[in-house]
Amino acid sequence: MSALPGSPEAAATTGLDDSPVQPAPADLPPLTDQTRLEAREIIARYPQARSALLPMLHLVQSYQGYVSPEGVALCAEELRLTKAEVGAVATFYTMYKRRPTGRHLVSVCTNTLCSVLGGQRIMDALSADLGVHHDETAADGSITLEHAECLAACDYAPVVTVDYEFYDQQDVAGARELVAALRRGEKPLPTRGAPLTDFRGISRQLAGFSQYGDAAAARDAIDAPGALEPTLAGLRLAVERGESAPAMPTGTPSEPADAGEPRETVRPSGRTGETPGEEAADARVAAADNPAERAGAAQAHPDKGAEYGRGRPPGGLDQQGTDTPAGTEPGTSGQGPGKA
Amino acid sequence: MPLTPVLTTRWGADKSWRLSTYESMEGYAALRTALSMAPDELVTMVKDSGLRGRGGAGFPTGMKWSFIPQPKPGEEPSGPAAMPKYLVVNADEGEPGTCKDLPLMMADPHSLIEGVIISAYAIRSHFAVIYVRGEAVHAHRRLVNAVGEAYAAGYLGSDILGSGYDLELVVHAGAGAYICGEETALLDSLEGYRGQPRLKPPFPAVAGLYGAPTVINNVETLASVPFVVRGGAEWFKAFGPEKSPGPKIYSLSGRVVRPGQYEAPMGTTMRELLEMAGGVRPGHELKFWTPGGSSTPYFTAEHLDVPLDFDSVAAAGSMLGTTALMVFDETDSIVEATLRFTEFYAHESCGKCTPCREGTYWLVQILDRIAHGRGTAQDLDILIDTCDNILGRSFCALGDGATSCITSSLKYFKDDYVALLPSEEQARLGRSLRLEPVGAAS
Repeated sequence: MSALPGSPEAAATTGLDDSPVQPAPADLPPLTDQTRLEAREIIARYPQARSALLPMLHLVQSYQGYVSPEGVALCAEELRLTKAEVGAVATFYTMYKRRPTGRHLVSVCTNTLCSVLGGQRIMDALSADLGVHHDETAADGSITLEHAECLAACDYAPVVTVDYEFYDQQDVAGARELVAALRRGEKPLPTRGAPLTDFRGISRQLAGFSQYGDAAAARDAIDAPGALEPTLAGLRLAVERGESAPAMPTGTPSEPADAGEPRETVRPSGRTGETPGEEAADARVAAADNPAERAGAAQAHPDKGAEYGRGRPPGGLDQQGTDTPAGTEPGTSGQGPGKA
Repeated sequence: MPLTPVLTTRWGADKSWRLSTYESMEGYAALRTALSMAPDELVTMVKDSGLRGRGGAGFPTGMKWSFIPQPKPGEEPSGPAAMPKYLVVNADEGEPGTCKDLPLMMADPHSLIEGVIISAYAIRSHFAVIYVRGEAVHAHRRLVNAVGEAYAAGYLGSDILGSGYDLELVVHAGAGAYICGEETALLDSLEGYRGQPRLKPPFPAVAGLYGAPTVINNVETLASVPFVVRGGAEWFKAFGPEKSPGPKIYSLSGRVVRPGQYEAPMGTTMRELLEMAGGVRPGHELKFWTPGGSSTPYFTAEHLDVPLDFDSVAAAGSMLGTTALMVFDETDSIVEATLRFTEFYAHESCGKCTPCREGTYWLVQILDRIAHGRGTAQDLDILIDTCDNILGRSFCALGDGATSCITSSLKYFKDDYVALLPSEEQARLGRSLRLEPVGAAS
């Protein structure tokens, strides 16, 4: 990742600082034989050993809270790589921490959408409360704060995560209270995700091991909430409106699971071509209600990769573009570099 | 278009992520059907269904599978056909605005796993990996649990359901790098390297993971496969336009009353989706929106009736991408939004190629000074020139995508940029503003 020179994260992401890893603090728990055995367990999952490197680095963080020199050495030894090769990988990824982290990692999404809805204000407030900037740890060791890129929870924006568990639809006051509680040693429940352990605990999960001591806690973690209103919005609206997918020809229609509510056979709007799933024949009519198609080139997209032909957005600057007035409240989003 | 829950059907069920729930709702029925078919029949079925990749590029899924070299009957296999085949699931959801795969994996992980098993069987793979974004810990947790349940029930491992077919499935956590959503960067990452894209060709279908033939499919794509098998190709084609059919999860976020996931046929319009989501927040007006994430050129109110399918959106000047519909209203500054997206690309550029690494850096500098009232009369031209030197000249689609929000915002909201220039710079603009199409030069 190339960070911008002068940006707070530049030193941590460009490798321009003096060492890829920081010296170990005095109170760091050592890596043990158990760590090594677990590393070998990870290696055994893959056809080729080196595929284990990313999970192994998560494993190192689960013991020491960051990618320590000792951890780099362990990975290098087990995979027969040089420490430089391991360091090159560790420094590429945002989730591998170069300095010891606090007990919890608090991440605030400040990408465009969350930022517009208050994410940047949350980041600024937490930064002031904790007295730290991005990728820094509070003096009491309780919390490492970072601004995050899009966390794939835009329908719950603005989002904050603690040890990557979701605290959705946050505002400044709620986020400040969350952080204050964490500093008091409390562990407020996420809105989506498992009860918190700590940053090391979640790192252990990412290495492919359970972070919980007993099966009941593990079960509770799996069953912790994962789908709130935004996730189910479309499904519930479909039930409300009595809309469903065309029935499958084999007679197994897709029934919305959000049961318990009466399903109407005709859509309230009375629009044609939109019938419930019970009648496959009518459903075919729905299919006829297609929009016109137009030819188009294969598209490219970084989320997928432009495998079979690169996309060229066909747009261009157009003098006849809209004459929309300038943003009336350009500062509302609180965006802009230097605030992060 | 009506709402058509298919992929989202089970999401509201009690403990929808558990195997027992999944099995009680037709779960793994498609797998039994699939295992009774020949692999090539499955490839043909998926081809016939018209299913196109849901990760953004929209490549026909069945065709992608058919590119995997397979041994010819009666011949001793050699070259790629003789190598192991791999199926890799791209679950590294990170495109700004995109939030469909995480809820799917949290609510219905078994639908993905069933899709993986069927797809792996179709391409004769015996090892598959779900590369899930590291930050997505709850999805990761439920996937790991579901994979364990599937092994215990005999859906994974050796001799699956007595068919003689074997498959190992590993859930692999990434570590925070948007570029790993680019499929060849994902492969490098999965092999334990920095996630940087590879030169193509060779395409992953010939030389992918460990240099062997590999299919990489998005989560939503694979989760659609069991429904194709159960309902048949014709049923699947009943959703939306003939050339990009199927149910699609549309993710609405931002300035709407009820943000969330809305599953409707391909080709549903933004006007229809906005109505489902309760419209733009009261008292405000839609200003701009993205049809498929931050890498897809902005649309405006004039595009509300564009059918949201791959071809129609392309014809209208953007890309369907991941149907991540971020909605912004008149209080949101297009320049600030564009700056923030561009900062994202600068941060996530992997550094491998110069146009993207250097270009995104300079784009941020220019946008930043414009946004903060320090822009010059030349800056809009410089933005255009810089985008021109990235689009089509960067190594992978990340660089191309970084230019989308800039060129499209200049196309529709040029005056918003000009208004932020100091008055003396505005006076100097005169005719110097270059306004020829950006894409044309490349």
